[in-house]
Amino acid sequence: MAEKILQVKDLQTSFFTDAGEVRAVNSISFDLEAGKVLGIVGESGSGKSVTAYSILQILSFPGKVIGGQILFHGKDLLTCSEREMQEIRGDKISIIFQDPMTSLNPVYSVGNQIVEAIRLHTDRRGKEARDRAIELLDLVGINDPERRIRQYPHELSGGMRQRVMIAMALACEPDILIADEPTTALDVTIQAQILELINELQRKLNMAVIMITHDLGIIADICDDIIVMYAGSVCERGSTDDIFYDSRHEYTKGLLASIPKREKSEELLTPIAGTPLDLLNMPAGCPFAPRCDACMKICLSERPPERLIGGQHYASCWINDLHELQKQQQELEAE
Amino acid sequence: MNEMNNMTTATAATDQTKTDNILEVKGLKQYFKVKTGFFSSLPLKAVDDVSFEIKRGETLGLVGESGCGKTTVGRSLMHLYTPTAGEVYFDGQKIDKSNITELRRNMQMVFQDPYSSLNPRMTVEDIVREPLDVHKLYGSKKERSERVAEMLSLVGISSEQASRYAHEFSGGQRQRIGIARALAIDPRFIVCDESVSALDVSIQAQILNMFKELQAKFHLSYLFIAHDILVVTYMSDRIAVMYLGKLIEMADTMEINNNPVHPYTQALFSAVPIPDPRTARASKRIMLEGDVPSPLRVPSGCAFRTRCPYVTAQCSEATPPLTDRGNGHLVACWNK
Ligand SMILES: Nc1ncnc2c1ncn2[C@@H]1O[C@H](COP(=O)(O)OP(=O)(O)O)[C@@H](O)[C@H]1O
Ligand SMILES: Nc1ncnc2c1ncn2[C@@H]1O[C@H](COP(=O)(O)OP(=O)(O)O)[C@@H](O)[C@H]1O
Ligand code: SF4
Ligand SMILES: [Mg+2]
Ligand SMILES: [Mg+2]
Repeated sequence: MAEKILQVKDLQTSFFTDAGEVRAVNSISFDLEAGKVLGIVGESGSGKSVTAYSILQILSFPGKVIGGQILFHGKDLLTCSEREMQEIRGDKISIIFQDPMTSLNPVYSVGNQIVEAIRLHTDRRGKEARDRAIELLDLVGINDPERRIRQYPHELSGGMRQRVMIAMALACEPDILIADEPTTALDVTIQAQILELINELQRKLNMAVIMITHDLGIIADICDDIIVMYAGSVCERGSTDDIFYDSRHEYTKGLLASIPKREKSEELLTPIAGTPLDLLNMPAGCPFAPRCDACMKICLSERPPERLIGGQHYASCWINDLHELQKQQQELEAE
Repeated sequence: MNEMNNMTTATAATDQTKTDNILEVKGLKQYFKVKTGFFSSLPLKAVDDVSFEIKRGETLGLVGESGCGKTTVGRSLMHLYTPTAGEVYFDGQKIDKSNITELRRNMQMVFQDPYSSLNPRMTVEDIVREPLDVHKLYGSKKERSERVAEMLSLVGISSEQASRYAHEFSGGQRQRIGIARALAIDPRFIVCDESVSALDVSIQAQILNMFKELQAKFHLSYLFIAHDILVVTYMSDRIAVMYLGKLIEMADTMEINNNPVHPYTQALFSAVPIPDPRTARASKRIMLEGDVPSPLRVPSGCAFRTRCPYVTAQCSEATPPLTDRGNGHLVACWNK
């Protein structure tokens, strides 16, 4: 098995707002293996971005990591100084966002900004830095990089800007690239180009990628492993096939049933009833209980623990315990 | 002479639509003047010679990438803009200035953003009642209140919630309110413009089901505009594809999914990520080079030729016409 370069253990992140504590990430654990693509999927507000920002410690006020460990090559990032974190960000772990315009400065040329990223994270200076910038633009599939390098962000299309962001994120060949909804603002043919690019670079540079998205299609398409989040918790995690073909959490099942398949159908979809949780008023039991069709008494009072289903497949749903008990019962009866 | 011609086509259309079509769009053009400097401006051909029809009870899906003109088709056929050219017939009647207010009763639009399309200072009840007031329907105050309550319960909003403000509701609930408002005046045709695009999938499914149920109940016809091809496939009887203001392909939903003919449609449909890992692994993607050209500088001939793998000399010389390839499968391409 590949090295686990990132291990998140019982991570808890809250926002301390005037209205009270918002438990955006509520004790989650997962691993990222070297050279793999891990998808984080969940609906809006489920805590995907906050998880990423917690790893990089770029949370906005009033957010704070209040518990857990984030082990990067075995070292806990939560014990690092801001100086050490600065080195890790961009050097070892890079992030790209949904809207490249928020991270690109409109008054500097594209080349200027890539060169700046290179100077910040490597020893390259002057012509050497500029050559590297051109090399990076070429790497991310931008034609005619010598010309593009002189252009300003507004002169580029959305897809082109996202390529520039990826080039900057790769300036120092990071171990981990976190992509937070990188194609949500793009059209599907451009999205296909960007996803292909990320996949290709991941293999070429042997990076690990954390792909954050609400789109189950993207997850199915490019991820090796998946974690499914709901209301700040991880419901289920495992290989892509585990999640799609052997789901063991009612939320995962509900999510898969609610998306239209590629067919015209007279049949209605199977939506998940109700609306997402108010994170200020977390229920005592399973966070999904208020919307769950299979909800039992225990689900309302106690939070389901994470159980190993098999291999690397984990799920937090009381029904798995029920099945386990039934199996034991049957074995006893058989004896 | 010209007048005469128009009249004959109009009469022919009337006869035909009376039987079948709720909506007919003929040669619709919507050009915007865009300033390119102090003294110069260019026409932006947002919709350029688009024709289609929608049958009673039918859903026509409209897809294409952002900026290709989908929203403008919707707004222009509703005469929210005055079309630069072309005609729109509703139930056989040609829409013009004199009858648009009256016809608009039968045609409604549901937008993408339930946040911005609902006035935050109005209660839910006011929001749904407004079109009844505008069209002076349901004479007495009491009748109107009853109609509002009926519509809200139809979309699953309780009567206690009716006096609350729109901002107190979630995205999915706001979309329901938008639908209740559109349906209040009993329209027969609805343009859904990215109506579920802002919603999470579990909520999106609730709204899509509602559209389907309402269609069956009231025999509604939809123009269903969305960039999500899986959603459009699920909803539509037929699908039309636009590229840079032009209709380039139109066919039955499964026909266009299984057998897309235009090179752009082929690439567009193959780029859709399928939420099934085995299918995703088995499918091959057609990658397009580059970006969509600026709508101010649409390439001559076939607008797609700058990105097309099958381009030939002919493609830059003349615009390929939309021709029937059998069973109403229309394609505009010289080489496919
Ligand atoms: N600056 C903030 N202040 C208060 N709450 C926040 C803030 N940022 C995020 N949150 C809360 O954290 C939750 C998770 O947010 P996020 O991780 O951005 O969700 P997503 O899964 O859509 O990326 C949200 O529901 C929100 O309530
Ligand atoms: N009111 C307007 N004035 C000028 N240009 C417009 C206007 N509305 C739309 N456009 C332009 O028309 C084209 C089509 O836009 P739109 O119909 O909104 O596309 P879509 O809905 O497919 O994304 C775009 O290039 C857009 O910028
Ligand atoms: S007409 Fe020519 S350029 Fe246009 S799609 Fe067909 S082959 Fe391609
Ligand atoms: Mg997010
Ligand atoms: Mg639009």
